[in-house]
Amino acid sequence: MSDITKQSLSELVENIKGKKLSSSEVTKAFVERSEKSKELNAYITEDYANALNKAKKFDEKPNLDLKLPGIPMAVKDLFCTRDLRTTAGSKILNNFVPTYESTVTQNIWNDGAILMGKLNCDEFAMGSSNETSFFGNVQNPIDKNLVPGGSSGGSSSAVAAQLTPITIGTDTGGSIRQPASFTGTVGLKPTYGSCSRYGIVAFASSLDQAGPMAQNVKDCALLQEVISTYDEKDSTSIDFKRNKYSKELTKDIKGKKIGIPKEYRVDDMPKEIEDLWKKGIEYAKDCGAEIIDISLPHTNYALPTYYIVAPAEASSNLARYDGVKYGFRAEGENLIDMYEKTRSEGFGAEVQRRIMIGTYVLSSGYYDAYYLKAQKVRKLIKNDFDDAYKKVDAILTPSTPSSAFKIGEKTNDPVSMYLNDIFTVPVNLAGLPGISIPAGHDAKGYPLGLQIIGKAFDEQNILNIAYAMEEKINFKNNITDWWIK
Amino acid sequence: MSIDLKTIKHISKLSRISVDEKKAEKLAGDLNSIFDFIEKLNELKTDNVEPLTSVAETTLKLRSDEVKSKNLRDQVIKNSPKENEDYFVVPKVIE
Repeated sequence: MSDITKQSLSELVENIKGKKLSSSEVTKAFVERSEKSKELNAYITEDYANALNKAKKFDEKPNLDLKLPGIPMAVKDLFCTRDLRTTAGSKILNNFVPTYESTVTQNIWNDGAILMGKLNCDEFAMGSSNETSFFGNVQNPIDKNLVPGGSSGGSSSAVAAQLTPITIGTDTGGSIRQPASFTGTVGLKPTYGSCSRYGIVAFASSLDQAGPMAQNVKDCALLQEVISTYDEKDSTSIDFKRNKYSKELTKDIKGKKIGIPKEYRVDDMPKEIEDLWKKGIEYAKDCGAEIIDISLPHTNYALPTYYIVAPAEASSNLARYDGVKYGFRAEGENLIDMYEKTRSEGFGAEVQRRIMIGTYVLSSGYYDAYYLKAQKVRKLIKNDFDDAYKKVDAILTPSTPSSAFKIGEKTNDPVSMYLNDIFTVPVNLAGLPGISIPAGHDAKGYPLGLQIIGKAFDEQNILNIAYAMEEKINFKNNITDWWIK
Repeated sequence: MSIDLKTIKHISKLSRISVDEKKAEKLAGDLNSIFDFIEKLNELKTDNVEPLTSVAETTLKLRSDEVKSKNLRDQVIKNSPKENEDYFVVPKVIE
């Protein structure tokens, strides 16, 4: 079968279970395509030889009852993988080899999948374009010199280019949904507490969540079923009754109430985004949903709140990188000098900027004015959603205020880069689940996404709405393999 | 408000990130534009609002106090940039 890499995860699982394909055939196909796609720079670390060995072993004694039997998968390089280098896209972790495995990846391997390699991302997941990675830009397979979004940019590029059948990313302010939107793929940020944070390189601990990135909603539901488990190793993991997301997936969303928040009509929103949103509303109606206008009055305060809370938590989380126990070290005249030089040379510009913001807002005399203020506004933002969910079951918005932009276009203006996350950040602040699905193209032919936001722990509902709308939208990604010579 | 070079130097000390003049000027520019944007929060009255510290409404679970991980000393030490037998090595601290 020459078209193995064109198959969706669900098709591959079915073909392996039906013994029409072996894990070795599938793994070999994705490894070969990944090797031909180096120009995308989607991988930081390749582990192809081990993957092929593991596939061979799987085929010798295949367990076809698993959910991901012998499926090869590359994952974002923010997940610690035992005995395989984990860099978080940073020079400071360039040579770090974890002695433990993240819970989310362990769940994936326990269900039969095989690690193919580690995917590029913005340094410590801080970025919206994958341009802050120490390992260089990632190309969006949609067009040359186009960013794949971020921070899970290697992940979105690899799924869209079919270098991996499916993958996982992490989302602190939009890092799964925005890159999914930029590459015409599906990305789910689960409810805070749904997927364990154990073994994920920490950025902002009250916001970070892992989630699936896939070619379609069904695949996304299947991976969510695998990765979402209660974990006693994460003190914020929540023990709730998880659905069998893929088995319970249905297109019947008749009578579901979907809210349209008026505050998401931001100033100078491009007409194509406005049009896409209107089309999305029509698709939802066609599926039998009821559309209700709602208000989320504090939407405009979400980004400023995020840019206090996230850097504050990051400055604290990243204090551990001191050049002593692991990672990069720069020599210094004394201990303090060694710390300062290590962190100055080991972190990139964006990470240093955010550590400094975070340190400032937490510093003596400023804590109340910034951090405490932000936590209070965060409460108001969450209250907005709580009020809205008295009237509706889910909320529909655009995923991003624009389509993918060119590499280098926004690197000199941090605030304009931050504005990319205007529609995704409120969801993290409120700890809610949100999914981005591809819904159309702009005039340049670049993909645009719609976001469906759910109530806490209501992943099944937004997956169902996404599944129903996906059929109506009938999106086709336009990828020409331009990078393959 | 405006963050001056002196403040940048102070934050850089607290952050344990060395900053030269050129970098300090660039950072001052960036941080000022970011804080201009953050100042928007002052439009809101929040005197009677409870701060939200965690969205995970859960109480911490207790578990039995058992050692589950193996002794990984050698692998852990191997990750350090400089080691001597069983120790991490840092520049001399006590004269």
